[in-house]
Amino acid sequence: MDFILSALDYLLGIPVLGWGVQVGLIYKALLLLVGLLIFTAFILLADRKIWAAVQIRRGPNVVGPFGLLQSFADLLKFALKEAIIPGGADKVLFLLAPLITATLALAGWAVIPVDAGLAIADINLGILYLLAISSLGVYGVIIGGWASNSKYPFLGSLRSAAQMVSYEVSIGLVIITVLLCVGSLNLSDIVVAQQEMGLAHLLGVPWLSFLNWFWLPLFPMFIVFYISALAETNRPPFDLVEGESELVAGFMTEYSATPYLLFMLGEYISILLMCAMTTVLFLGGWASPIDLPPFTWIPGLVWFFIKVSVVFFFFAMAKAIVPRYRYDQLMRIGWKLFLPLSLAMVIIVAFVLQLTGWGWHGGMA
Amino acid sequence: MTLPLFFFYLFSAVAIVSAVMVISARNPVHAVLFLILAFFNASGLFMLAGAEFLALILVVVYVGAVAVLFLFVVMMLDVDFASMRQGFLQYAPVGVIVGIVLLLELLLLAGSFVISPEAAGGSALPIDGTVDNMRAIGQVLYTRYVFLFQGAAAVLLVAMIGAIVLTLKHKSNVKRQNPVDQVARRASETLEVVKVKSGQGL
Repeated sequence: MDFILSALDYLLGIPVLGWGVQVGLIYKALLLLVGLLIFTAFILLADRKIWAAVQIRRGPNVVGPFGLLQSFADLLKFALKEAIIPGGADKVLFLLAPLITATLALAGWAVIPVDAGLAIADINLGILYLLAISSLGVYGVIIGGWASNSKYPFLGSLRSAAQMVSYEVSIGLVIITVLLCVGSLNLSDIVVAQQEMGLAHLLGVPWLSFLNWFWLPLFPMFIVFYISALAETNRPPFDLVEGESELVAGFMTEYSATPYLLFMLGEYISILLMCAMTTVLFLGGWASPIDLPPFTWIPGLVWFFIKVSVVFFFFAMAKAIVPRYRYDQLMRIGWKLFLPLSLAMVIIVAFVLQLTGWGWHGGMA
Repeated sequence: MTLPLFFFYLFSAVAIVSAVMVISARNPVHAVLFLILAFFNASGLFMLAGAEFLALILVVVYVGAVAVLFLFVVMMLDVDFASMRQGFLQYAPVGVIVGIVLLLELLLLAGSFVISPEAAGGSALPIDGTVDNMRAIGQVLYTRYVFLFQGAAAVLLVAMIGAIVLTLKHKSNVKRQNPVDQVARRASETLEVVKVKSGQGL
């Protein structure tokens, strides 16, 4: 029974009270979970507000001042309504699908370093873990669509399966280009590498650290990653999975109440995960954009979430101003444009790094 | 019992149960989902063995891509269970023989470590504890086995091209769009503004 004690210590330890040797994992995870859920609630509101502002509407403005509490009202509404399960549905899988979506989206956040050394699990293969988690996201959609035993959800889930598998490829190749420059799969290393090398150091102005970040030298990959992230999370203009003009609500058509809430939550948290990945890979993670006192006083955690919010703003703007893509054109840019482009960039970056000796060498074993 | 041992038994037990469910589940979609569960637990076992890279690659490649396509196909197929069960006895001997051969091979593999330890260690490279296993795989794969690696890649490429050649059909009666042409089109080439006098028409 020794292992139960060590496991309890690992999960529940409180060193201050003389119980265990480390702060338990559960407290950190809960803190991240609650913080993330509150952040998601306001991001959801921001999404609707931005969308409304572009269309010269007010957006939600009734619940709370400026509609700030709208998402919480929605949460209550979803949680209190009756969950309807269709008679012909595969009940177990029908309820499992939203759980898979929400759990996987949250699981990805375990490796994201929100500040120096502030990650639930600062593992060496962090980026590969993220790739694995995001490649599983499609299961919630496929299982949900199939288990509903209805035509629209099924068609929606088939579309999403093809779409997500296609864009996975270019996301993987973009990540590989970043990895080539850094030489480590640890997400904290990727952020540190962006601080310690780059254009600002070459120009002799190291305090302009936003020039150091990878968005500048890898600009084409930054754009490819942004568009692929939109497609991977089924955001407009690539939301054919739930295109209401043709598929009602796609795979979510038969869902109601709490299962629907879990789907929505999973979707928004995985969108935030993509924003966080963009921040870590291209925008210097928790680092401040200008390395001078008034900016460096702001804690890294705040910078991180400011950057995530800025990336999300661009996600929201894409939703507001770009019309929905046609399905064959979506597949065309995925396979015929992004795949060759990112493949070529992997080779070019590898050649440049090999010939010039650039790249970060701090992480080399 | 230590924590890793507990997880080893957990992962292996779930893996075996789900592997049995793969062949005994009535619904083919459930069978594929159990297969995915088995993949997951195999990945957990890799993780316990210290091969984190292999574990995550197993999830990315098999669970994230191959099994998705598998599920895709199984969902699209309208499988008739009655006709599938009909030929069961006919194919059973072949299945039993394949199973026995696989079992013998596994026993031989495991047995060779016991019978002559030096034979088992002959081909494997010594494990260097100071390098993480992704770097270790890379150092072997791109130096010692680089030609085999490239050969495997060529085989996959040929398979991919073969699949495309077999399925790609250019139908002559389907209108195809070329987005480059569409974007490059100018209003002056296609539009003509005509002043029409009222009452006369064109």
